[in-house]
Formats: sequence, C-alpha cells, structure tokens
Amino acid sequence: MRSQMEGSRAIAETVARCRPQVVPAYPITPQTHIVEAVGAMVKDGSLGGCEFITVESEFAAMSAAIGASAAGARTYTATASQGLLYMAEALFNASGLGLPIVMTVANRAIGAPINIWNDHSDAMSQRDCGWVQLYAEDNQAAIGLHVIAFRLAEHLSTPVMVCVDGFVLTHAFEPVELPDRAAIDAYLPPFAPRQLLSPDEPVTIGAMVGPEAFTEVRYLAHHQLMQAVDGFDVLAAEYEAATGHHHRAVSGYHVDGARTVIVALGSVAGTIKDAVDELDGGTGVVTLSLYRPFPADQVRRLVAGADHVIVVERAFAPGAGGVVSADVRGALAGLPARVSTVVAGLGGRAVTKASIQHMLADAHAGRLADLSFLDLRTDVVQRELATPRSR
Amino acid sequence: MNPDGDTTFVPEVRQMFGIRIHGRGGQGAVTAAELLSVAAFLDGHEAQAFPSFGSERMGAPVASYCRIADKPIRLREPVTVPDAVIIIDATLVHHVDVFAGLPPHGYVLINSARGLDELGLAELTRRHERGRAITVGATDLAREHVGRPLPNICLLGAFAALTGMVTLASIEAAVRDRFRPRLAQANLRAAEAAYAAVRQVSHA
Amino acid sequence: MTGQTVKFYQIGSRAVGNRLLPAEWRTEQSNPDRRNALNSGHRACQGCGEALAARYVLDAAVRATKGRLVAVNATGCLEVFSTPYPESSWQVPWLHSLFANAASVATGVAAALKMTGRDEIRVLAQGGDGGTVDIGLACLSGMFERNDDVLYVCYDNEAYMNTGVQRSGATPPAARTATTEAVGARPGNPFGTGKDMARIAMAHEIPYVATATVAELHDLEAKVERAMSLRGARYLHVLVPCPLGWGSAPADTIRLARLAQRCGLFPLLEAEHGEVTAVLPIRDPVPVEEYLKPQKRYAHLFGDHPRADVLSALQALADRNIARYRLLAEEP
Repeated sequence: MRSQMEGSRAIAETVARCRPQVVPAYPITPQTHIVEAVGAMVKDGSLGGCEFITVESEFAAMSAAIGASAAGARTYTATASQGLLYMAEALFNASGLGLPIVMTVANRAIGAPINIWNDHSDAMSQRDCGWVQLYAEDNQAAIGLHVIAFRLAEHLSTPVMVCVDGFVLTHAFEPVELPDRAAIDAYLPPFAPRQLLSPDEPVTIGAMVGPEAFTEVRYLAHHQLMQAVDGFDVLAAEYEAATGHHHRAVSGYHVDGARTVIVALGSVAGTIKDAVDELDGGTGVVTLSLYRPFPADQVRRLVAGADHVIVVERAFAPGAGGVVSADVRGALAGLPARVSTVVAGLGGRAVTKASIQHMLADAHAGRLADLSFLDLRTDVVQRELATPRSR
Repeated sequence: MNPDGDTTFVPEVRQMFGIRIHGRGGQGAVTAAELLSVAAFLDGHEAQAFPSFGSERMGAPVASYCRIADKPIRLREPVTVPDAVIIIDATLVHHVDVFAGLPPHGYVLINSARGLDELGLAELTRRHERGRAITVGATDLAREHVGRPLPNICLLGAFAALTGMVTLASIEAAVRDRFRPRLAQANLRAAEAAYAAVRQVSHA
Repeated sequence: MTGQTVKFYQIGSRAVGNRLLPAEWRTEQSNPDRRNALNSGHRACQGCGEALAARYVLDAAVRATKGRLVAVNATGCLEVFSTPYPESSWQVPWLHSLFANAASVATGVAAALKMTGRDEIRVLAQGGDGGTVDIGLACLSGMFERNDDVLYVCYDNEAYMNTGVQRSGATPPAARTATTEAVGARPGNPFGTGKDMARIAMAHEIPYVATATVAELHDLEAKVERAMSLRGARYLHVLVPCPLGWGSAPADTIRLARLAQRCGLFPLLEAEHGEVTAVLPIRDPVPVEEYLKPQKRYAHLFGDHPRADVLSALQALADRNIARYRLLAEEP
C-alpha cells in the first residue's frame, strides 16, 4: 500500500524492516532524519533486537560497524560528504576485510568551500574503496536498493553503499510503497557470516599481508566485487517477484533507435526524462543504479546505436574532467559514438528541464564541447579570471 | 472548482500543478508544503513536496514547493512557474520576488488582515484573473483557534477553498496524522474557518 | 610434639614465586594449561616488553572469562609481529582494523555480541601508546563516555616504536626519540608536554582504571581479573620497556619496569569511578638515576656533560607522584 512520506523516513522504515542489529550513528546534514528515525524506533521498541550507538565521529561509526559486522551482527549506518571522507580509511578497511556493512550516503558536495547541498562528489571520491555503489533515482528506488543492498552485501561478503541524493530525495515527500515485512523476511534471511569472531572457533582477522600475497588477495577482492555486475539483477529480479517493484543495474528509456543518449545517475534522471519527453524523439536516457562495480557490458549494449553519448555528471575530477564519463568511454571503446561530459548541479544547483533541453539543442547543433558545465555563469567566471591577483 | 458545499470534490489534474510557498524560517512553510502533498495524495493524486534548502535559520526567507499531478512526478527542480503562490509572511512581498514566474491565471494567497491594495499590490490585482489573488488573516485566525500565531495550516484551508486543488477532508486527515490530537483539532478549526471565509468571499 | 607456624614474609611476591602459594593465588603464567593466547613464533624483538605484557594480560583475561573472550588490536608492533600472513600467534579470536579505532571497533563487537545473544563473551581492546593516547584518543574517549563494555589495554613503551621510535603523547620528558633528538640546549622530549592517560581515563569516571607493569605479575593479573569482574568501560595502562626504543639490554626489560615503579616515575594504582582506590606502595625507593642510567634514550643526561638540572626536574616529577599518590609505604 502506498503512502506519502519523506524520503528519509522511507529509508529508515525500510532499513528497520531489514532487521539491523547494530546501528552506529553520527549526524551530518542531510542524513540526520534517517538516523534520527532509526534511533527513535530503537528507543520506542518498534525496532527490537537492535543496538543504536551514538558515536563520536563518522570514523568511529564505520569502525564500530566493522567490529559489529565481524562479530556477526547485521550492521547499518548512514553518512554524507565530509563524514564519508572522515571514514575513508575505514571504508577501505571494511571492504578489505569482506564485511557486509550497508550504508546510506545522502549525497552532498565536499568542501572547501563548505556546501551542504546535493551532488555526487562524496560517493564519487570513494568509488575505488571496494564497496558496491548503488544510486537511487527516486525514493521508491531508495527503498528497493536498500533491501537489495543487505542481500547483496551478505551474499558477496562485501559492503554496499546506497547513494540517495541529499535533500532532493532525502527531504522530498513523495508516494512510496514500503515492502511488506513478511516479504522482506523471506527475501533476507538472517545474517550468516562468512567468518565470525567467536571463541568457539578462533580466527585472526586483519593480518599483515606482504608482497608475496597482497596482489592475489586484491585480485580476489576485485573478482568478488565483479560478481555484483550480474548478481545485482538476479537479486533485483527476486525482489521484484516479492514486491512488484522493478530495479535493474542499468535501465534504458527510449534508447531504441536513439541517436543521442544521455547517461545519468540518481534523481537528475527523472528531470532528464521529462526533458526528453517534450522533444521530438531520438533522444534516450540510460540510468545507472549500479555504478561500482561498473556494468560496462550493459551500458555498451544500451548505448550501442547512438552517435552521441552525453554523460550528465553530478561530480567532476578537477584537472581531469568527468568521472562517470571515463567509465562510459571505457565501456564504449571501439564504438564510433562521441562522448561528451556535462557537469551539472554541483553543490545543489538545480538541474532544470529547460537547461537539459538547451544542452540537447547545443548537442544537436554540434555546439556541445567535450567538457562543459551546465548553467555556468560565464560572466562571473570571466570577471574572476580577469581580476588581477595581488602578490 | 468545487461545487457548492462539497468539501470532498477532487478535480482531475491534467497538467502538473505547481505551488510555491514563501515564508520565514519557523513559520512552517516546509510543513505546509508537506501537508499539502499528503492531502493531494490522499485525494488520489501524485504529489511531491520539498523545501528550498536555504539557510533555514529562524526568520530567514524560505521557500517550499509542492507539485500535484495525475501521473508520477519525475521532475526535481524548484517550481519556477507556479500555478499558485502562498505567502505566509506578508513582509516578504516587497523584499523577495515572491511572484516570480506567476502567470495571470495563477492563484495568490497572502496571509494578511489587510487587503491587496493596502499591501501595495493593486497592480497585481489588476493583472490577475478576478478572484484568484486574495488575502486571508490567517495569523489572527490561528491566534483565535490555536492560541498561537502559526498560520500555516490555517492557510491550507484557505488554499483548498481558493483553488479546489485539495479537499478540506484530506487536509484534515493529513493534519491529524501529523500532529497530536489537540493541536491538530485546533489548527483544523482555524483551517475550516479560513476555508469558510474564502468560500464566502468567492460567492459574494 | 607441638607445631610452629612459620611465617613466610613477602607472601605473594616474587620472592616466594608460585611454588609455595595455594593454587588460587598462583599466577596464570605458572599454569601449564594456560591458553598462551599470544603463542610463540611471533616476530617480536628479543626482550620485547609488549609481547610479554600481551601474553600476561590475555592469559589472565582468558582465565577470568573462562575463555569467552574476543580481542581487538590496533595497528602497531603487537599487531605487526603477531600476524605475518599466513601465520598468526593468536589463540583467541582476534580482529585488527586500523590504527586509531581499536576502541570503536571493540564497541561494535560488544554491541554485536549483545544483540546476537552472546554477551557472556567479553571484549578486550589493545594498542600501543601512540594508538591510544594520540591518534586513538577520540575513539577511546567515546567508548569511555558511553561506558561501553570493553576493557581497553594500553601497552605503553612511550613512543611510536613500530615506525622507528618517534615521539608520542606518552613519551616522558627528556627521553630521546627520533623526533626529539638528544641535541641542542634542551635535548630529548620537552618538559611540560605529554598526557597522563590514567588520569584522563579517571576523568571519564569509568568503572575501573589501573596502571601496571610487566615486573609485577601478580599485581597485573589481579588487575585484569578485577577488570573482567566488572561491566562497562575499563582501562588498563601497562608500562612495557622496549629494548630497541629505550636503548636497554633485552635482559633488563623486567628490571627496568620495576625500577620505573620504585623510583616513582610510574605509579601503580587502581581507581574506580574517578577516585583512586588503591596504590602499590614503593617498598624500597630508588632515585630516578638508577632507572634512567641503563637506558640509552637518557644517555645524554649522563656521561661527559651530565645534566643535573634535568635529572633534578625528573626527580621532582617522581616526587610529585609519590606525594600525590602516597606511594611510600608506611611500616605496619
């Protein structure tokens, strides 16, 4: 049954239904509503069998999650932006130790300059930390991806982060359907750890691995992560059978016969779909729900017929250019399609339907540069560049 | 528009209807948008609400948005061409461009005991479709029924009467679900009073 | 024939050892069936105080918890020399995460054990002085503040040894390290710096705080036992000489630990909820020189240009501890 609620609440209710046993939490805008809701559910007893730990930093949050997961508890936390960076060391540690922690990242820009609004800089900065990265297009997807995340994490013994656009999704009220508790219980069996800290069978977790074995350990971690490329859709199909909600690693919208295809992650895909719907056709949209591991084959298949691929990025690599574009270009190697990078919506600047349509007009007229920033205030930039710097 | 007296008539929304709410931090602009979206949902529509994500400190100008449609809403940008504007704090009228993008057939609902002319908005009245721009003394009604100058829910009642885009019944359900019974009841009395006042004017 | 009770003086001390003690007074180390939680084969230096202390502490903890124990280790010497993949010296379940987070990881382990119905299993977190008082202090303080059910043990060799003997917040004044060289007008670690971790722990008013050394085995084991009899946040700070970093003879490790306590520079105490409850009196005090001389890290205070002023300042610190904690035993 559908109801109208805030994205953060939908996520909290969903996570609660996944029966987490330990939730360490540290607040940061715009994730706070999520952990507050989970904390309240633990405190009033509606979420039983769960310990909610108010830790003293995000680094402590991920560290406590590592300990909890290694000791056999289903573990969850949430963060954003600076908090994600503050726990960066621990992110690599969690994936290296093969711990199935699930975390919501309420995507937010990274300072300096400090900015509390939505873009993908945070998660993108950690794209190589060894976690599975999922991106929600809307709050119904946020719900589904969290449930699938717990299942996928425990199946692969690999941590999963679910990226949900901060404010834009977390603070948006929209209709969602929370999955039925029985359905989740059937879909998500109790956590059976691959390895467990227990005096009954002592193990050493976190040994020092030298040059003679490190490469093999890391190769195996890569191999394990790659299982999610196909594994995600298998588990998502099972989720769909249980709940009726459809999620796939890569989705195409009007891509058949499209000469131009826009690739995007997250909520901006919705605006882009509205934008292309108002045009005469010939433009499709590819949305990635799975970004790490990168589903290269699926992207290539959906985009194969296009002349022009425009990657709308919600982050960028200073001094280099697009982030997702690099992966897309790699996936399209050998194909004739031209790939353009459009950096849009940094630091919470709204990506509007009108701007997307202008971008497409530029693209069709051959005016779209290889790398451009949507809605860049060129007057401001030119004035700054023209201002002499004092010594 | 609502047939007389029927507080439950739900119109078909052929095109997306966008509402922009202006207020100051602490006046409940965000809550108003959320409640509006819940009410529209309860009426059977698709609805979306979100705040402008500004600094949100007490007293600072904030805007919130609500979209109502009859197909799923995928758009994620602020409402720049509103079909209705609700202004919770009349002092914003000449400080913030509260009417930006508003077409002549758009609705304007301003919380004020004064009329549009007195607020210096005679020009607006001239440009706008008759009866679509009104003021309602919601703060006074809130003081009277709730005992506090919090006009946001009261204004939703006025909005329902003015535009017919949500039913009073659904506003009531949304408010009851969100607030404790006594507070909900008091606010709904204010909303009902505002609703009645606006309907009376539109039939004058 | 009448019998005569023979009084054994110094019962319970090293003089009698374990042989003449009733079984329940004997140290776990004298038990041939002890766990050997840190088994042989690790790569520690000859004379390593930390390896010794870790074995003492964990075996005592295993005894106190009847084997229901999980250990969490910070990055540092202990972790590095005990787990060279594919080997491990640990005979208890053991987790190493990062340098700064042993206390937080332990918090998570304790929560998981509770939530999976296994909280008869106790959690012990351990790290060196660097990982505890410097980079790990925020996590440790958080664990204390929440009163999480963890015993945290700091093996204090007074510098970052694993990375080449750099100064930490636990390095004593005047000590030479690679980042506080014995050069210049004020050689060695500056005076007026450093953290008294035991007092910081006490300031959190946690259920139990204690200091110990590898020289007082009965005392150390008793403190571990006491700690494990309690729930909530507990802290044990153990002085562990490091022959490499201190420039001392490997055979001197235990002797130096004893001298540290006897001269007053390292008081042995217990505290509960912020109040000192017991101290180990100094039966035969020695001047600080006797402790400092065998250590090359203090060599610049002796030799051709002795620094009487520095020695005097160090003696003053020792005297302050003696006065503060009333360490000089009164005759019974």
